[in-house]
Amino acid sequence: MTEARDTIDRNRRAFLGAAAGLAVAPGVLLHTVAGAAPRSAPVTSDVRWGLLIDTAKCADGCTACVTACDEENGLNLQVKPEGQSEAKWAQQRSVWIRKAKLQDNQTGRITNLPLMCQHCERPPCVDVCPTGASFKRADGIVMVDRHTCIGCRYCMMACPYKARSFIHEKVTAQLTRAPRGKGCVESCNLCVHRRDNGQESTACVDACAREGHQAILFGDLKDPASHISQMLTAIASRQIREDLALNTGVRYSNI
Amino acid sequence: MAKAVVLGSLLSVGLAGALVALAAQAAGGSYVVPGSQAATLDSCVEQTDFMRRNHMEVIKHQRDETVHNGIRSTKHSLAGCVECHASGDPAGGVVPVDRKGQFCQACHAFAAVGMNCFDCHATVPSQGEQGQGSPSRSPLAASPRGAGVAFTGQRSGEGYPQ
Repeated sequence: MTEARDTIDRNRRAFLGAAAGLAVAPGVLLHTVAGAAPRSAPVTSDVRWGLLIDTAKCADGCTACVTACDEENGLNLQVKPEGQSEAKWAQQRSVWIRKAKLQDNQTGRITNLPLMCQHCERPPCVDVCPTGASFKRADGIVMVDRHTCIGCRYCMMACPYKARSFIHEKVTAQLTRAPRGKGCVESCNLCVHRRDNGQESTACVDACAREGHQAILFGDLKDPASHISQMLTAIASRQIREDLALNTGVRYSNI
Repeated sequence: MAKAVVLGSLLSVGLAGALVALAAQAAGGSYVVPGSQAATLDSCVEQTDFMRRNHMEVIKHQRDETVHNGIRSTKHSLAGCVECHASGDPAGGVVPVDRKGQFCQACHAFAAVGMNCFDCHATVPSQGEQGQGSPSRSPLAASPRGAGVAFTGQRSGEGYPQ
C-alpha cells in the first residue's frame, strides 16, 4: 500500500518538477529583464537567502558592516532618551549586527565575526510568538510584522543569538524603507527592501567589500549555481550553536 | 395626512440641506494641501469617494501583502500616500503629513479618528532614499547599486540546505 503510494508520489513529483522547470524559465527571464523593478508577485520558497561569513577575513576593529547596516535601516537615527546614561543607552538601543570577538582560552586564537539574526529554518522566535508577528517569509527571511507585534519580547528571550532589539521609546525619525516605532521588536531582515526591489546584495556585504575584506557573501542557498552555494560546497563552514539544529541561513567559516 | 406629508417633505428638504452643507464643508474644505502632488491630480489612486471611506482598508490589505509577500509594486502603498500628499514648506523642506493642518492630520482631526500609522512610518517622502518601491518613481535607476539582478540562474530547490 505504502509502496504504491510512493510510486505515485514520485511520478507526480517528476511531472511537477518538469512543469515547474517550464514555468520557472520564463519567470527567470522576466526577473532578469525587469531588473530593479519592485516585486509584484509573492515571494516563494524557490529561494532561500543566506550569508556565508569568512571569519578569517573579518578584521579586528572594523565595524564597516555595522555602520552600513545602521545607515541602511535607519538605526543611526535613534536618539538617546533624555536623562538616560550612555551605558544604559548602549545596552538599549536597537542593534542589528554585533561585532563579536571570540578567544580560544587554550590556544589564545582570536576570532572576529559579525553576529546578526541567523535566519533559522526553524526559528525559536517564531515558535514562541503569541501573535504570529514573528514569522519566516517564504524566501527564508525571519522578520517581525510590527503591525501585529505586541512587544512582549518572548522572541528576544527565545533567540539563542541575542539578535533582537526592542524599541523602548517613541521614535520620530524613520526612513520610508525601515519603519520603526515604540513597543516593537526588530532584527536583521537581510535588507528585505532590497530583496523586494530586485537588488543584488545587502548593505553589510557591500560595506565589507568596499573595505576590501569581502568577508561576507550573500546569496541563494537553494540555487546550486550561486556563489554562496558553491563556496559552501567547497569549504568547511559551521553554524553557531549547531547543537540546536535550527539550520541557520547564516554560516561561518574558519571558526 | 396632508399635514404629515408636508412635514415629511419639509423634514427631508431640511435633511438634504444639512447634508449638502456637510458635503460642502468637506468638499469645499477638501483637505488636500495646496502645493502637494495630490492637488494637481483629479483623483486619488481610486475614486475620491471610495478613498474617503475605504483608504484604511486599502492600506491595511496592502501592508500584509508587502510585509508577508514582499509585494511593493502596487499603487496602494502608504509610502505612496505620503509621497503624494506631502507639501513643501517655504524653506524648501517638506511638511510632515501628520503635522497640524496637513492632509492626514486635518481630516483625521475632523473625523475625530486616531491615526497610528505614523508612530512607525515616515511622515515625509523618501526623497530618493534608495530601495523604495513606489511605482511612480524609479530611484533605483539613479542608484549605483540599483542595477543588480537578484534572480539569476537555475533554481532546482534541491540545493543545500533546504
